Amino acid sequence: MTVGTDTRGAGKPDLAIELAGVSKSFGPVEANRDIHLAVRRGTIHGIVGENGAGKSTLMSILYGFYQADAGEIRVDGRPTPIPDSRAAIAAGIGMVHQHFMLVEPFSVLENVVLGAEDGRLLRPSLARARDALRRLERDYELEVDPDAIVGDLSVGAQQRVEILKALYREARILILDEPTGVLTPAEADHLFRVLAALRDEGKTIILITHKLREIMAITDAVSVMRRGEIVRTLPTAETSPAELAELMVGRRVLLRVDKAPARPGEVVIEARRLSLTDAGGARRLRDVSFEVRAGEILGIAGVAGNGQSELLEILAGIRPATSGAALLRGRPLDLSRATNGADRRARGIAHVPEDRHRRGLVMPFAAWENACLGYQDEARFAARFGLLDRDAIRAAARADIARFDIRPPSCDLKAANFSGGNQQKIVIAREMDREPDVLLVGQPTRGVDIGAIEFIHRQIVTLRDRGKAIILVSVELDEIQALSDRILVMFDGAVSGTRRAEETDERELGLLMAGIDPKAKGAA
Amino acid sequence: MRTSPPRWADLALIPAVNLLLALLVAGLVVILIGENPLRAVELLVTGSLGSSYGIGFTLYYATTFVFTGLSVAVAYHAGLFNIGSEGQAQLGCLGVTLVCLALDRTHWLLVLPAAILAGAAFGGAWAFLPGWLQAKRGSHVVITTIMFNFIASALIVYLLVNTLKVPGSMSPESRTFEAGAHLPFFHEMLAAIGIRVSRTPLNLSALIALLAAGLAWALIWRSRLGYEMRALGHSEPAAVYAGIDPARIIVIAMVISGALAGLMALNVIMGSQHRFVLDSVGGAGFVGIAVALMGRNHPAGILLAALLFGILYQGGSELAFEMPDISRDMIVVIQALVILFTGALENLTRAPIERLLARRGAG
Repeated sequence: MTVGTDTRGAGKPDLAIELAGVSKSFGPVEANRDIHLAVRRGTIHGIVGENGAGKSTLMSILYGFYQADAGEIRVDGRPTPIPDSRAAIAAGIGMVHQHFMLVEPFSVLENVVLGAEDGRLLRPSLARARDALRRLERDYELEVDPDAIVGDLSVGAQQRVEILKALYREARILILDEPTGVLTPAEADHLFRVLAALRDEGKTIILITHKLREIMAITDAVSVMRRGEIVRTLPTAETSPAELAELMVGRRVLLRVDKAPARPGEVVIEARRLSLTDAGGARRLRDVSFEVRAGEILGIAGVAGNGQSELLEILAGIRPATSGAALLRGRPLDLSRATNGADRRARGIAHVPEDRHRRGLVMPFAAWENACLGYQDEARFAARFGLLDRDAIRAAARADIARFDIRPPSCDLKAANFSGGNQQKIVIAREMDREPDVLLVGQPTRGVDIGAIEFIHRQIVTLRDRGKAIILVSVELDEIQALSDRILVMFDGAVSGTRRAEETDERELGLLMAGIDPKAKGAA
Repeated sequence: MRTSPPRWADLALIPAVNLLLALLVAGLVVILIGENPLRAVELLVTGSLGSSYGIGFTLYYATTFVFTGLSVAVAYHAGLFNIGSEGQAQLGCLGVTLVCLALDRTHWLLVLPAAILAGAAFGGAWAFLPGWLQAKRGSHVVITTIMFNFIASALIVYLLVNTLKVPGSMSPESRTFEAGAHLPFFHEMLAAIGIRVSRTPLNLSALIALLAAGLAWALIWRSRLGYEMRALGHSEPAAVYAGIDPARIIVIAMVISGALAGLMALNVIMGSQHRFVLDSVGGAGFVGIAVALMGRNHPAGILLAALLFGILYQGGSELAFEMPDISRDMIVVIQALVILFTGALENLTRAPIERLLARRGAG
């Protein structure tokens, strides 16, 4: 079913990229099915879709990481086979990956030249590259110091290096995979200005994202992928976020979270001047203090890497703090060791970790084995002689699967074989099972598809309404704003401001995330 | 996107194909020497399984390998590569020997529990130190256990030469135990119920090995401790998240692993030699690594793999005897090929077989 697919006749010269009938299967899984996609030269073309919809596979085919099983790729109207990324670069295609492919101890210049050196001597290549970079910087607002060490640069600047790398290789078509995931709003704006400038110079840009706001803000056309197919390609001006969301999921989606005003009770958990200095001597947390009441969601906003993760892990008992205190109902929590996870659970603090792949789940374990992870020493799962009561654990797992609509509904399937959204549901179901007094949630919907996001958000709000205290860490400002009753913004390990959710807006939060408090005059 | 192969392929097909490859290459070597490979296989099989004598020896060797294989497997499930089963087994031999020397004027039923405790305690203690160093100091257990093998070896030589040796004797070995510290042989036990088989060193500890395999299975897959060990083995961050103290689990897993290695002394020292000789362990700890690898670290697989290595050991001796051109070293080559193909090169066949099965599943 390819409704309204835009092919505009084969081999048209104004098309930078044309995919005709591209299919790709991995074993029994059809990752891409009969894809027809036409990207006009000099436009920004967005591709949206849920996780596992096939966006990344499609782009990997375009960049030569995978070979399509069927179909044809045309670049600038000419059929162009792309067996590897070298061929993609030769065809003028450049890619900026979600996770940067940079050598951190190298300078910007060295990174740009890496793999594109001409001749055996490095010096002439570097000199030529320096000139080229100057030109690119001037033309596209891509300012980076060519002699800076990449590891010292901010994430936004590192991304600019990636773009420079592609442009230095004379890319005319630029693919960006989730480029704003790690950027502050200001950095994202900067990126969009760069992209607009590139488009105006006649470059073609393919933007893969799950953020509908970005699609609306910057693209000229947008293709929606669902289950390996392109279900629709639309001019951006003629669509709306609600329509796109519906196309992605295949049904109507609630983008806002319905929630009643909070009715906060007494203080449940509080942090007092929490500080953390890491092994390298860097201060990761500086005197962080806050309190959270029963029936309240405190959202912790900030660009990734400003101390939120460390804060969450300290409260969860899996990272020691350097100084400060944390109190649960007035009684102190032990912050001295990294092995207090069991103690926290016993005291009613549940934790949905930021990284479910590394922490929240044991991937090779079956779903039922993961259903007792962290609760394996509780009496309800214990049989005689130190054995585990498998029937009890399985019953709990089956209950979770039913209650959270986890699919496929099989408790014998390995955690690794569930989709991101269902993995997250396994974790959240397990942590909510015991009606904890405090729920620590990190990135609850990272890599989770829209349908499941809606569900997870509703569960969090329901838990709040049952009088629990919730601390939510997320790099998605939308999510923080949609769920939180109060928002605490972190910058460089310190609290840069706390706002009531209804009294603030994205602009103010964005400034706070950059360490600027618009209300405090003279503050850094 | 790759799905794992079905269980039967993982547990049976891939090891079988690897074993076949090993035998094919071994056959080529036999041809190069100028012998008939089919005749060699025949001798190997009849030598190990063709008589009650052969079977007895095969099972005797297999018993030792079950203990050392389980030792490697238990540590493996906690994410630890215990190369030190060899040294831990040597210490286990020391422990069992000391108990037997002290109690051999009583009855084996009394000596056995004490010997089990001593073998496990000495082997476990020898693994405790590397485990503790890994847990508290981050010294890699692979390195430390290798070093502990050398220390154990030197220690045992010292003790056999200077302390345990019978005064006036030229050989570095302990005195032979009195009958009170001899485990019953199978041929004796079977004779008691009227079944006559050849005299072989196969003894009661074969049953203890079966019991140990059962207990190891329950430990790894049914107990809370095993759950915590496997969680740690798969993902340390997840284990820490789940309130598991990695240091504690590492030490416990290593001690259990060392204890299992030490128990092989029941078979060799108390079961057959009835004294501690210099080469009592004889590389069984290293064979245990191959057995665990081939048995996919599952007790059932380890029983089968230990049996296979028992066949190779016993059949190999017969082969060397019958075909003078095939020396003792040749047998070691064949064993090495099996280890190479089933252990180190295991992924050689895994990927093609997985692809084949996936294609069949898709089509």
